[in-house]
Amino acid sequence: MNASTRTDNTAEPDGVVLSARQIGKHFGPIVALTGVDLELRAGEVTAIMGENGAGKSTLLKILTGDYQPDSGELRLGGEVMNFTDPAQSRAVGLRVIAQEPEIVPHVSVAENIYVGAIGHQGLLFNRAKLERQAAADLATYGFDRIVSPQTIGSQLSAAQRQVVEIMRAVIDKPRVICFDEPTSSLGDEESALLFALINTLRSEGVAVGYVSHRMNEIFRLADRITVLRDGKLVGTKAKADTDHNDLVKMMVGRDLSQLFSRERQVAGDPVIELQDVSTDDVSNIDLTVRAGEVVGVAGLVGAGRSELMKAIVGDLPVTSGTVLVKGKPVRFHSPADSIAAGIGFAPEERKAEALIMQRTVRDNIVLAILPKLARGFFVSEKREKQVAKTYVDQLRIRTPSTEQLVKNLSGGNQQKVVLARWLAHSPALLVLDEPTRGVDVGAKAEIYSIIDELAQQGVGILVVSSELPEVLGLSDRTYVMAGGRITGTLDRSEATEESILALAMTDTRASAAL
Amino acid sequence: MSAPTTQRPETSLAREVMALPTPSIGRRILTTIGVQNISLLIAIIALVAVIGSQNPLFFGIDNVRVIGTAIAVSGLLAVVQTVVIIMGALDISVGSIAGLASVTSAMIFTVAGPLLGVVGALGIGIACGLLNGCIIVFGRVNPVIATLATLAAFKGIAQLVSDGRAQGYTGADGFFVFLARGTLIGIPVLIWVLIVLAVLMHVVLRYTSIGRNIYAVGGNDVASRLAGININRYILGVYMMTGAVAAIAGILITARTGSGQPVSGSEGLELESITAAALGGAALKGGKGTIMGTILAVILLGILTNGMTLLDVNAFWQNVAKGGLLVVAVIIQQLRSGERRIGLPA
Ligand SMILES: Nc1ncnc2c1ncn2[C@@H]1O[C@H](COP(=O)(O)OP(=O)(O)OP(=O)(O)O)[C@@H](O)[C@H]1O
Ligand SMILES: [Mg+2]
Repeated sequence: MNASTRTDNTAEPDGVVLSARQIGKHFGPIVALTGVDLELRAGEVTAIMGENGAGKSTLLKILTGDYQPDSGELRLGGEVMNFTDPAQSRAVGLRVIAQEPEIVPHVSVAENIYVGAIGHQGLLFNRAKLERQAAADLATYGFDRIVSPQTIGSQLSAAQRQVVEIMRAVIDKPRVICFDEPTSSLGDEESALLFALINTLRSEGVAVGYVSHRMNEIFRLADRITVLRDGKLVGTKAKADTDHNDLVKMMVGRDLSQLFSRERQVAGDPVIELQDVSTDDVSNIDLTVRAGEVVGVAGLVGAGRSELMKAIVGDLPVTSGTVLVKGKPVRFHSPADSIAAGIGFAPEERKAEALIMQRTVRDNIVLAILPKLARGFFVSEKREKQVAKTYVDQLRIRTPSTEQLVKNLSGGNQQKVVLARWLAHSPALLVLDEPTRGVDVGAKAEIYSIIDELAQQGVGILVVSSELPEVLGLSDRTYVMAGGRITGTLDRSEATEESILALAMTDTRASAAL
Repeated sequence: MSAPTTQRPETSLAREVMALPTPSIGRRILTTIGVQNISLLIAIIALVAVIGSQNPLFFGIDNVRVIGTAIAVSGLLAVVQTVVIIMGALDISVGSIAGLASVTSAMIFTVAGPLLGVVGALGIGIACGLLNGCIIVFGRVNPVIATLATLAAFKGIAQLVSDGRAQGYTGADGFFVFLARGTLIGIPVLIWVLIVLAVLMHVVLRYTSIGRNIYAVGGNDVASRLAGININRYILGVYMMTGAVAAIAGILITARTGSGQPVSGSEGLELESITAAALGGAALKGGKGTIMGTILAVILLGILTNGMTLLDVNAFWQNVAKGGLLVVAVIIQQLRSGERRIGLPA
C-alpha cells in the first residue's frame, strides 16, 4: 500500500496535528455545531464525548470533508484545509471510521478492504495476491481470527463490518485517525484487539480521535477528553483532571446523583418457553421468560444470540423442539405471527433491519401498530402524531418534530425510535438485541428505567447485550451462550463478569478446538 | 446496577422547535402539492404559454380533449407503475399485458358479448400479474429480469392467439363506443377512467395502511418484515393490481381502435410509464414517489407531444425532446435533494 510517511506530524506547538477552530454547522433550522474547537495531537488519543445528538458525528464528518462547515477553520499540520470531499482528506492522511460503515455487498472482504486502493495495483488485479495481502494485514492486528479475506460483504456481521472499515483506514497509514463509536458493534474480543491497535497507533505517533459513550473505554484509552453539549464545546480536560462524575456533569449539564436500581418483584407465569429448540444456527435451547422478569442473554459475538432471537420472533425457522407462548404451543412462520402473539423485537442493526431511513419519525414509530391505529384500512394521521409525540417525549428523542426524516437523526436517537416502535405495541414479551448500542449515558439510564417499568407492568423482557455491566445490572437471570448452545444459566446472585465470561468461552464442540 | 437516572432539561429541544418558522398559508399549499411537483407545474405552464403563443388552436376545447384522450391509456399504466416503483420493484411487462388483454377482450366479445369480453380480459390481466409476482417471490428472480421475460412471453402469447393480426370488430358495439367516444358531464369517458384510478391510487397510498406499507416495503424490506408486514402478499397483490389495470388499458385500446390489437397499440407503453413515474419524482430504489407527481408528468409529456405535433416538429425530434426533458428533470430533482455526487445515485 502507499507508504505515506508519518514524519512531520508536528507542525504546530504541543504536537497538534489537526486543529479545528470555531466550527459551526446547521441543517435547516437545526444547529448541530456552534463555535467548536478541537485539537488532535500526535501520539495522543483525544476522546470526544457528549449526549446523543450533541454533534460528535457531525464534527467528524466535517473533519473529513463529508460535510462543509458554515464557519470556522480546519488546519492539518498548520495548513488551512478546505475539504469538499472525503477523498481529499484521505489523500492527506486523515481517516474517520464511520459509525455505520458502508460495505460493498457482493465482493470479498479483501476487495472491500482495498476498495479505492485497487487501482494502484495496475489495471488487472490479482485476486490471490489481494487475499494474501489482506490475510497478512488482518493478522498484523490479530483480526484474522474475526474475519476471513474471502467472506462476501453481504454476509458480514456488524462487528466484522466494523473490522473491515478499521482495516481500510489503518492500511493507509494515516496521520490522523478518528473512530466514531467503534465498539458499539464490537464484542469484547474485537474490542480488546481494537484497543491494542489504538495503543500501537498512539505509540507510532498517530493522532487519534475517539468517540464513545462508554466511560470505561474512555478512561482506558484517552489522554485528553473533549466534551460537547447541544453542539457547543463544554471543554477539554486531561484524563488526570477529571473523573466519571465530572464527565457526566459536563455532558448532561448537572449531577446525576440518583442511582438506578431495578425494582425486584415476584415473576409471574411464563410468557415464553423454549424446550429443546434447534434451528440452523443454534441447538437444544431451553429458555424461559416469565411475566415481569428481565432475562439477559450473554455471550461472545458469533455465539448465536441474535440468531436465537430471530428464531423466537419467527424470522428464522425453528427446525425442532417446542415453543410455548403463555403455555400454548405455537409455531411462528413470520414476524407477523409473533407480533400478533404479543411479541416485540428490536433487532441488532437498526439501519439495515429496523428503520426506514427516508421516512419520518412518526412513520417509523407507528409501523408495527398501523392496523391498530387505522379505522378499517384508513390511517389517522392525527392519532399517529399523538402516539409518536408520546414516545418522542417519553424517550426524549431529540428531533425537531415527529415529521423529521429518521435519516437526519443522530445514531442514538435513531435507536430510540426503534424502541419507541415496540413500546407503542405494548407487548407481552419484548425481545431487545443490543438495546443501548450507541446510546448516551443519560439516555441509557432512561432506557434501563423504561425496561424496569415495563417489567413491573408484567412485561417479560429478553435482552441480548455485549456489555456485561448492562447484563448484570438488568437481568434477573442470565443465559450464557457459546457456539450456538446455552452453556449455563446464572441467577442474579451467581452472575458476575467472571462467571459469565467463563461460560461464554466454554468450548462447545471438542472438534472445534484449534 | 448503579447507572444514574436523569431528568434532562428540555431546553435543547425547545430551541430547535422555536427556530422552526411557522408555516404561512402559501407554504401550506405548497406542501400539499409537494415542493417536488411545483417544478412540474411551472414546466407545464411555461410549455402551455410557449405552444399557445405559437399556435392558438392549442387552446381549443377540442385540442384539450385530444390531449386528454391521448394520455388516458399511458396515464393508467404510469399510475400503477408508480405504485410498483414505490414498492421498490418494476413491471416492464405492462405493455404486453395490455396487448394480450386487448386481443382477448375483442375475441371473447365476438363470441360472448362485451361484458364477458371485459371480465375475461381483466381475468387474464390479473393472472399475468399473479404469474409475475410468483416468479419474483417464489422463483427469487429480480423484478426487472422477471418482467423483461414476461414482456416477451406475454407479447408472444398475444401474437399466437391472434395470429399476429387485429381481432374482432368492436366498433359497432354500444359499450365499446361509449368507452372510446362517450362523455359524462362533458368529459370523455377515457379521461374519467384515468381520473378514477388516479384518485383511488392516491387515496390508497396516502390514507390507508396498505399504502403506508407499500412505502415501507420499498424503503426497507427487512425492517418491514420484522415489523410484521407480510411482504410477499404485498408484492403479489401489487403485481396483480398492475395486471388488472394493464388489462383495463388494453380494453381501452380495443375500444379506441375498434378491434383487438396484439402489439401495435401497446408496444412501448412500459417505457412511457416508467418515464412518467421517474419524471414525477418516483425513486427507482423504492420508498419514494407520488401519484400527483406522476399525473403531472403524464400531462406534461402529453402536452409536449401534442404541442410539438401542432407546431409540426418532426417525430424524431419529439423523442429527443422527451428524453432530454426526463434527464433535465431528474437532474434538477437530485440537485435539490443535496445528494453527494459519488457512485450510483439513489
Ligand atoms: N443531515 C442532517 N440533516 C438534519 N439534521 C442533522 C443531519 N445530521 C445531523 N443532524 C442533526 O444534528 C445534530 C447532531 O447530530 P450528530 O449525528 O452529530 O450527533 P452525535 O453527537 O453523533 O450523536 P450520537 O451519539 O447519537 O451518535 C442532531 O440533532 C441531528 O439530528
Ligand atoms: Mg454519532
